[in-house]
Amino acid sequence: MTDLATLPTTRDEDWRYADAAALEASDANTLTDWTEIAVPAGESRAESRDVTGIERIRVRIGKGGRFELSAVNAAPDYARLECEVTLEDGAHFEFGGVTIGGGSETREFVTRCIHGEPNATSNQVVRAVHWGKAVGNFLGRIEVVRDAQKTDAAQNFRAILLEKGASANTKPELEIFADDVKCAHGAAIGALDQSAGFYMAARGIPLEIARKLQVQAFIADAFENIEDGELGEKLLERALSVLEGAQL
Amino acid sequence: MLKIENLHAEVDGKKILNGLTLEVGAGEVHAIMGPNGAGKSTLAYTLGGRPGYEITEGSVTFDGQDLLDMEPHERAAAGLFLGFQYPVEIPGVSNVQFLREAANAQRKARGEEALTGGEFLKLAKEKAALLRMDMDMLKRPVNVGFSGGEKKRNEMVQMGILDPKFAILDETDSGLDIDALRTVGDGINSIMRDAGKGVLLITHYQRLLDYVKPDKVHILAKGRIVKTGGPELALELEREGYEEVV
Ligand SMILES: Nc1ncnc2c1ncn2[C@@H]1O[C@H](COP(=O)(O)OP(=O)(O)OP(=O)(O)O)[C@@H](O)[C@H]1O
Ligand SMILES: [Mg+2]
Repeated sequence: MTDLATLPTTRDEDWRYADAAALEASDANTLTDWTEIAVPAGESRAESRDVTGIERIRVRIGKGGRFELSAVNAAPDYARLECEVTLEDGAHFEFGGVTIGGGSETREFVTRCIHGEPNATSNQVVRAVHWGKAVGNFLGRIEVVRDAQKTDAAQNFRAILLEKGASANTKPELEIFADDVKCAHGAAIGALDQSAGFYMAARGIPLEIARKLQVQAFIADAFENIEDGELGEKLLERALSVLEGAQL
Repeated sequence: MLKIENLHAEVDGKKILNGLTLEVGAGEVHAIMGPNGAGKSTLAYTLGGRPGYEITEGSVTFDGQDLLDMEPHERAAAGLFLGFQYPVEIPGVSNVQFLREAANAQRKARGEEALTGGEFLKLAKEKAALLRMDMDMLKRPVNVGFSGGEKKRNEMVQMGILDPKFAILDETDSGLDIDALRTVGDGINSIMRDAGKGVLLITHYQRLLDYVKPDKVHILAKGRIVKTGGPELALELEREGYEEVV
């Protein structure tokens, strides 16, 4: 069975921004495996990841259930977290993700959010902070099936590039077959606000601390809706720890 | 205390300060007035060390040290405070967090002990009360959603907390209502009127000078000081305008 698995390439839509060399070197099984999670109707589950390597999670959220995924992708090598979620009536999917780091690595999140029944909601917030020649990606596909009226799906991606060679990619894909649907999507890529940096310096805050405060404020958005506040704090700390060691 | 000699500076290749010379002694308040675009804010930014403001000639010493040789945050730690004409918004960073980082970074640079959370809050409360600012505003992100006047008042709360030796206040009076102007004037006097401190007040209006009496008034035009006088010069300007006086 394992020999049948074929390696994806960057010609595949879902892998278009992936690190081609890292893919070729990978074990096909890890690329095609899924961790399966079922959230029973009316119940709530949360998963959190400090992403390394490639992981794929497939989730089915029962009626009125809630699934929350929070993740920091600050890996030292190519790393990708992929999540495919199917929502039943009135279910909610919450995703908060941060890619952060330098080097020349690609770090990415890929989500496929299937609103399979009416009244389901989803909210995805991804923040990317990169320097060096690093790449941060967020590919988010939202599918709303024919009968999934009153779907409310939101996706927001923002990236800050601390140095010229870094880059960020996002590719929202909406496939909507119902008519009474709200889909909000926002994306922005920019640099740190230099006037805020000087304002902080003028008050005595050294550049590294000013940058850390700004980045912290920026990525905090991703974990704002995470129900476990302590977990949110931990993820923030983890993300900021790579910034602290950065040579900028 | 602050000695500026023959300062020339340019921004984006455009010459803005053209041989500006000015000295403010300890215990003194000097006002700088001048037409729009004269270079007043450029002077403030240059003294603060803003990136992009290139000094092509001249020198600035602050308490005997070469100011131009220091990084912006080092200038602050040395006791220089810049009150911004347009205070900057910092989303996601609360005033309390921002000011505590600032106060402790300055203390660390000077080899002093950091303030504990309790000590800092006590100080912040005291200064907010001095400037009649609601403590709740200090919990909000820095300047985000503040009205023009609230931003200026917030600058003065920050000055109170950081307790600088020398303040350059760029149009701190602009945008303040009549009562706020008095509060801010009183605040400047209470924080900065001291034999060991100095103030450079950049303003367009005489009114603030009724509360904070300057020892000298300078007129800055086309990047240099073109006239210096006593407090009466500000009154003369108010009556007759720059064209007559300069
Ligand atoms: N980045 C820049 N590039 C080119 N010119 C600039 C730049 N920044 C400022 N200037 C110019 O420098 C001159 C001085 O500006 P500055 O802000 O110092 O004036 P000011 O005296 O503070 O005026 P105001 O009273 O209106 O605040 C203006 O003519 C302005 O247009
Ligand atoms: Mg100005």
